[in-house]
Amino acid sequence: MTKIPQDLRYTRDHEWIRIDGGSGVMGITDYAQHAMGDIVYVELPEVGRQVKAGEDFIVVESVKGANDVFSPVSGKVAEVNEDLDGAPELLNEDPYANWLVKLEPSDPKEMDSLLDPAAYAKLVEELEAEND
Amino acid sequence: MKRTPMYEQHVAAGGRMVDFGGWELPVQYESSGIKAEHLNVRSKAGLFDVSHMGEITVEGPDAGKWISKLVTNDITVMKDFQVQYNIMCTESGGVVDDLLVYRYSPEKYLLVVNAANVEKDWNWFSTHLPADGVIIENISMKTAEAALQGPAAEAILEKVCTIDVQALKFFTFTDSATVGGIPAIVSRTGYTGEDGFEIYVPWEKGPELWDLLLEAGKEHGILPIGLGARDSLRFEAGLPLCGHEYTDTIGPLEAGFGFFVKVDKAGGFIGQPVLKRQKEDGLKRKIVGLRLEDKGVPRSGMEAADESGQIVGTVTSGGYCPSLDANMALCCVETPVPSEGENLWVMIRDKAKKGTVVKRPFYDRKYKK
Repeated sequence: MTKIPQDLRYTRDHEWIRIDGGSGVMGITDYAQHAMGDIVYVELPEVGRQVKAGEDFIVVESVKGANDVFSPVSGKVAEVNEDLDGAPELLNEDPYANWLVKLEPSDPKEMDSLLDPAAYAKLVEELEAEND
Repeated sequence: MKRTPMYEQHVAAGGRMVDFGGWELPVQYESSGIKAEHLNVRSKAGLFDVSHMGEITVEGPDAGKWISKLVTNDITVMKDFQVQYNIMCTESGGVVDDLLVYRYSPEKYLLVVNAANVEKDWNWFSTHLPADGVIIENISMKTAEAALQGPAAEAILEKVCTIDVQALKFFTFTDSATVGGIPAIVSRTGYTGEDGFEIYVPWEKGPELWDLLLEAGKEHGILPIGLGARDSLRFEAGLPLCGHEYTDTIGPLEAGFGFFVKVDKAGGFIGQPVLKRQKEDGLKRKIVGLRLEDKGVPRSGMEAADESGQIVGTVTSGGYCPSLDANMALCCVETPVPSEGENLWVMIRDKAKKGTVVKRPFYDRKYKK
């Protein structure tokens, strides 16, 4: 069963984001880690980098191949999760507890265009039906 | 898309089905995953559905002579019931396909070719050699094949096979075995770097063979293995993959498989003059093994650079090697190539990542010879 926490927002590319006050934290979803398979390396962006919503700025490498990860919103990279450096498999174990980067969003309105948990659950359901 | 006879078994076992050269096959199984499957073959055993492989029989008084013209190795040294690794080259010394040649008798052979190349090979045969004195038949869609690989493979096969499995030597085969009562061709061959067997049965017997081998292997911890681990196992064990280490332009000498190329073979073969000249003049490029020291995963098609940043070659295969817990690459680079312990850089998304040249294969093969 694909886990979809209720307190997050989602992209159609299977990233999640949570915004507390002025800062956001994001990662990949359970569906994404499952589709990627065994994760062996995460290439994180430099702190301070400015990204636009939808820009690819992280690469998650699994045994199968390289997967681009896109920023859910525009903003500045405030912090990266260094724990993943030595233990990328944490993303397979729990992709929600193990976030990728913290962002300072530049346009809070962008959050409105992201999927709520129900809409994302529907997307995942459709994708899983296609794969069966 | 084509399906092997074991398709239903894969789906029932949670196989994640993908398109592989027009065949619907599992890349991995849900309960295990590529890494676990890979390590299971190294430590216990794994079962692969390789029914998509192409099988072509060649019969007739001139069968040996006919095959010899097409392949790089010397098949005249073969004895009955031996298997020999071979490469089929183009006139310009590139590679059409690599294959196993099984000799039943001087007048009867079986060729086992890559699934994606069956049609290409068949056309190659018909356009390059008249089939005078030979009858060639494509029996690919009549033949199911399973590969049983790993240190426990022998013990598993012994339980269900009528022949003396221990006596079957590396790169030999028998056509007088039955496996679980099914008449089968059994060879001591594989594509993993472990001891193991490849078992050929009639197409419709595929599911029965699959189930009985999994059952026999249960107590040895056998797992069904998908295409993902098939590739990582062969890569780690230094076994070439057509389309990667061999291409239209990268020939067998450059790929490092000169042992299987007899450039002075009597009667000649397609590509021989070019390969002989390459050998005499010295190679312009060679494939070397690389262990990445910097973080990152090299992948096929990425560029390789020297210390000054000059591009000197391309990654032919790359990825994470579960048995080594390291990211490795095979790179085809201009000669003179760096020696073991020297460095090469792989350009990963515009960043140069440092690697050290290491010996091939990365993993010491555990064949039982």
